[in-house]
Amino acid sequence: MTMVDAILGDFFWRALLGGLGVAVVAGPLGCFVVWRRMAYFGDTLAHSALLGIALSFLISLPLNLAVIVTCVGIALLLVLLSRTRVLATDTLLGILAHSTLAIGLVAISFMPDVRVDLTGLLFGDLLAMTRNDLLWIYGGAVVVLTLLIVLWRGLLMSTIHEELARVEGVPVERLRLALMLMFSLVIAVAMKIVGVLLITALLVIPAATARRLARNPEHMVGLAIMFGFIAVSGGLAMSWYLDTPAGPSVVVTAFLAFLLVYAGARNRHD
Amino acid sequence: MTDPLVQLEQLTIRFDDRVAVDHVNLTVSRGDIVTIIGPNGAGKTTLIKAILGLQKATTGRIRVTPGLVVGYVPQHLSLETTLPLSVRRFMALTGRNATDCEKALERTGVRHLLNASIHHLSGGERQRLLLARALARQPDLLVLDEPAQGVDINGQAALYELIRELRDELHCGVIMISHDLHLVMAATDHVICLNQHVCCSGYPADISTDPAFVETFGQRVAESLAVYHHHHNHRHNLHGDVVPAGSHQGGCQHDHG
Repeated sequence: MTMVDAILGDFFWRALLGGLGVAVVAGPLGCFVVWRRMAYFGDTLAHSALLGIALSFLISLPLNLAVIVTCVGIALLLVLLSRTRVLATDTLLGILAHSTLAIGLVAISFMPDVRVDLTGLLFGDLLAMTRNDLLWIYGGAVVVLTLLIVLWRGLLMSTIHEELARVEGVPVERLRLALMLMFSLVIAVAMKIVGVLLITALLVIPAATARRLARNPEHMVGLAIMFGFIAVSGGLAMSWYLDTPAGPSVVVTAFLAFLLVYAGARNRHD
Repeated sequence: MTDPLVQLEQLTIRFDDRVAVDHVNLTVSRGDIVTIIGPNGAGKTTLIKAILGLQKATTGRIRVTPGLVVGYVPQHLSLETTLPLSVRRFMALTGRNATDCEKALERTGVRHLLNASIHHLSGGERQRLLLARALARQPDLLVLDEPAQGVDINGQAALYELIRELRDELHCGVIMISHDLHLVMAATDHVICLNQHVCCSGYPADISTDPAFVETFGQRVAESLAVYHHHHNHRHNLHGDVVPAGSHQGGCQHDHG
């Protein structure tokens, strides 16, 4: 048995590798969630993932693909609805977030021959990570990181000042779509780690923690990835030694790091 | 040299039932400084956004010289404090090299802030940073939406002076919105008084006696501007010394004596 096989053959190492892979993309995307005030938007997309899962059983599509397609669809729907200005965006998000989650749950209950681990979907099932999951995570991470690096300047500029970016020739709308696509991808792969209910936490908390110590945007991204690593490894360790559920343990660790950093660096404002 | 950069022909912009901009004709050429004044809700910002390509025309045409590089100084730079950003990094986002960026900061007088966080800048410093950003792009047209907002009165005069100098150095066109009537009158070539439609336009000295201007801004404002012009057939430099008016286009005809 080779070294790689030994590592991939062990559920604990698979969980750790998967978690770290997700943290690498959750870091930069989480920063955009914080900068663009998209926390509620991310939540809505994550919830709609459950609808995607129901869909995947209904038309027997691969699970990850169904989740990506549903998230992209909901994201587009949100953009269209918010343009009509009939309802405020946060109201729309509130409606869609919970409706898609509820429809997903109802739809799954109609499929008696499908046995679904609902707790795993809602709160994550990190320790049941398969080699196939790892493939999805690292494939997704390569796609998202490549896109982020290529589009970085435009994404950052349109986040700082949308009109200024537009005048300077940044394709703001197309970048917004690209960002949504990346979110959908990350939700599809991160679902396994912390579940649809806690994904936003994995995006927001490490980024918010990083903000306290960062001097520029790239620095913040690097720190967010680091705090993501800490959350994943700390959460797994907690789960291992205290026999706590892995997904929530990751979020609790992230939150502890957040508290520590904010308590320790109270007087810094940059 | 009259090389039109932007031409608006019968531009009309409607939002639902409300007319924001009504049949406006406007030309900005190289070397021009055009200032738009007008009461709140007059459609000034909408007009500027149409020129920037951020707002579509309902009817009429917006002609922009192909390949035009626009330097834009927006009204507010409302920055998300969750995004840490230094002046240096913000300048680098123009895509220009570090030397160009530092030169532009030097020109607008804020090079010493290179490593400062943009969240810590004062109103005046922020406007100068935005101006430097626009400058670094080597614009053909500078578009400024109330550039002197949040700047103290001495700073305002200096800022308008700087804009004039930049116009000469870059030989670009300038179009700006302003509320600072007195300063506008001294620093601009061409004033457009907008109240949905162009109610009057012309050289600063002429416009203050225009009946439409008097109607829009009231007799008192118009009179104070006329008086201002009479007394200020000269300019002050940054230290407050009187300097000759030079080529004050169409300036007042009065004799100082």
